[in-house]
Amino acid sequence: MTSSAVPAIEATGLVKVFGENRAVDGVDLVVQPGSVYGVLGPNGAGKTTTISMLATLLKPDGGSARVFGHDVAKEAATVRGMIGVTGQYASVDETLSATENLVVFGRLLGLSGAKARAKSAELLERFSLTEAAKRPLKHFSGGMRRRLDLAASLIAQPPLIFLDEPTTGLDPRTRAQMWDTIRELVATGSTVLLTTQYLDEADQLADRIAVIDRGRVVAEGTADDLKASVGTASLQLRLADPADLAVAEARIRNSIGVQPVASAERAWLTVPLQDPARVTDLLVDLRDAGIPLAEFGVQKPTLDEVFLAITGHGADSTAVEAEKEQVPA
Amino acid sequence: MTAVASIAAAQPRNGLARTASQSLTMAYRGLLKIRRTPEQLFDVTLQPIIFTVMFAYIFGGALAGNVANYLPLLIPGILVQTVITGSVVTGTQLREDMDKGVFDRFRSLPIARIAPLAGALLADTVRYAIATTITFVVGAVMGYHQVVDHLGWTVLAGLLVITVSWSISWIFALFGMLARTASSVQGISMLVLFPLTFLSNAFVQTKTLPAVLQWFADVNPISHLITAVRSLVNDQQLTGDFWVSLLGAAVVVAVFAPLTVRAYMRKA
Repeated sequence: MTSSAVPAIEATGLVKVFGENRAVDGVDLVVQPGSVYGVLGPNGAGKTTTISMLATLLKPDGGSARVFGHDVAKEAATVRGMIGVTGQYASVDETLSATENLVVFGRLLGLSGAKARAKSAELLERFSLTEAAKRPLKHFSGGMRRRLDLAASLIAQPPLIFLDEPTTGLDPRTRAQMWDTIRELVATGSTVLLTTQYLDEADQLADRIAVIDRGRVVAEGTADDLKASVGTASLQLRLADPADLAVAEARIRNSIGVQPVASAERAWLTVPLQDPARVTDLLVDLRDAGIPLAEFGVQKPTLDEVFLAITGHGADSTAVEAEKEQVPA
Repeated sequence: MTAVASIAAAQPRNGLARTASQSLTMAYRGLLKIRRTPEQLFDVTLQPIIFTVMFAYIFGGALAGNVANYLPLLIPGILVQTVITGSVVTGTQLREDMDKGVFDRFRSLPIARIAPLAGALLADTVRYAIATTITFVVGAVMGYHQVVDHLGWTVLAGLLVITVSWSISWIFALFGMLARTASSVQGISMLVLFPLTFLSNAFVQTKTLPAVLQWFADVNPISHLITAVRSLVNDQQLTGDFWVSLLGAAVVVAVFAPLTVRAYMRKA
């Protein structure tokens, strides 16, 4: 029997290899029941592949994973009975209406026709989709589709729900609605594992966060732990003359006591800012030292900076540069 | 944790009854999709009407003296050609379906792995039934009176064609699993079916063909099926061709069903 000590997810050394590419390269995760766990990482970091293995959609090439104590490879059928999966791409039928989708999924899960219809009506009501219930999904907005997708994962009231990038591509208002929905879900006692590319999303929703890069977990902890490693905001400085970089770094260390992160090729310095009030000191200090600035700005922590801070600029600069190109600021 | 335990316990093992019910649900989904996108049905609704009318009036006079005399030869031929060609769609649609996100959800549900495949094949028998009915009705309207005079035999002939097409759809379902895209399934399948349906006795009597073609048309399984339908509707007789067609269908299913299921399970 399951006891309260059994984690919702326990993965050890998960590996998935596609040809030459080690998409997931030894991921360890422990997710406690009743919590929201965020998996944070850029495109291609291995988030979806990890979820696919945990949700029995892909067989791991190495390592093992248990969902509520059941092995995802050996007891796949049991695991499928305990999970709901909302994929990154709409995992609902485009040609069918919202009601039809939910009824089909409900019947597949063993509900009678009447019960499936009742459950579908209840979920559509809960996700504010009642008005659109009869329309084919083709005419749905992105946000409505995601909500239906989520609703479809909840038919069997699974204790563990996987959400793969639930808000990617949504406008800010719809994203906030989706966040509320996810919060409600957790309030009813479900365990949620969600992936995201956005630090603020993980911050808003997740109790614990794993930062994943190139198939590995590079940091794990609460949102506060992660933010502490990058500062609550950062000051971006571009020097007029890249030759000043080393001197500027030293001045910043001395004046406000933090280590800036430099990207030499563009003469950018990123300074973690625990105390915004000290920006003035820093700027005055740089002027006194005769280091002219081309630009400066204050930025909230982004995934880039979390990455910079966690992986270190030297070892991982190419990956971070690639990420920057994909997500222009 | 009691909630977890109870949900896990409430999911019984996948018995045969559950698998059947899940397959029926997937077939129901297939029918819903047809209702939502009726243009999918053009190949089994408009095509038999157009082909039947066109061929009857073009070839009727030349081949049989007049249109009415040609119908007993033509209608069974057109019927078999239309319905068998319609079974290609099973392969293309299955492929399209499997490439979509919704298939990920099916795979993550605690259902029998085979249900989506079985459901798709089952739903397609409805398409075959539509094509069969329309072809016979068009024939009857044009003067193929045997269809109405011997309705029981006509229904039996229709069931035979539907059964054989269903068994052949396993082949195209396999193509669907192996091919990279839905359109390549369509391409390969038509490349096979076009000669196979035309190099038969569908539109002419094989004795009018050159020796090599005649040999091929005579051994062509499609010809046997067409002959079986003609015997049933025109002469109200169960001939050897009827049993040969059924046996052929059984062999196709025996060979291709395991192959298709295996290819499907590997993908799913």
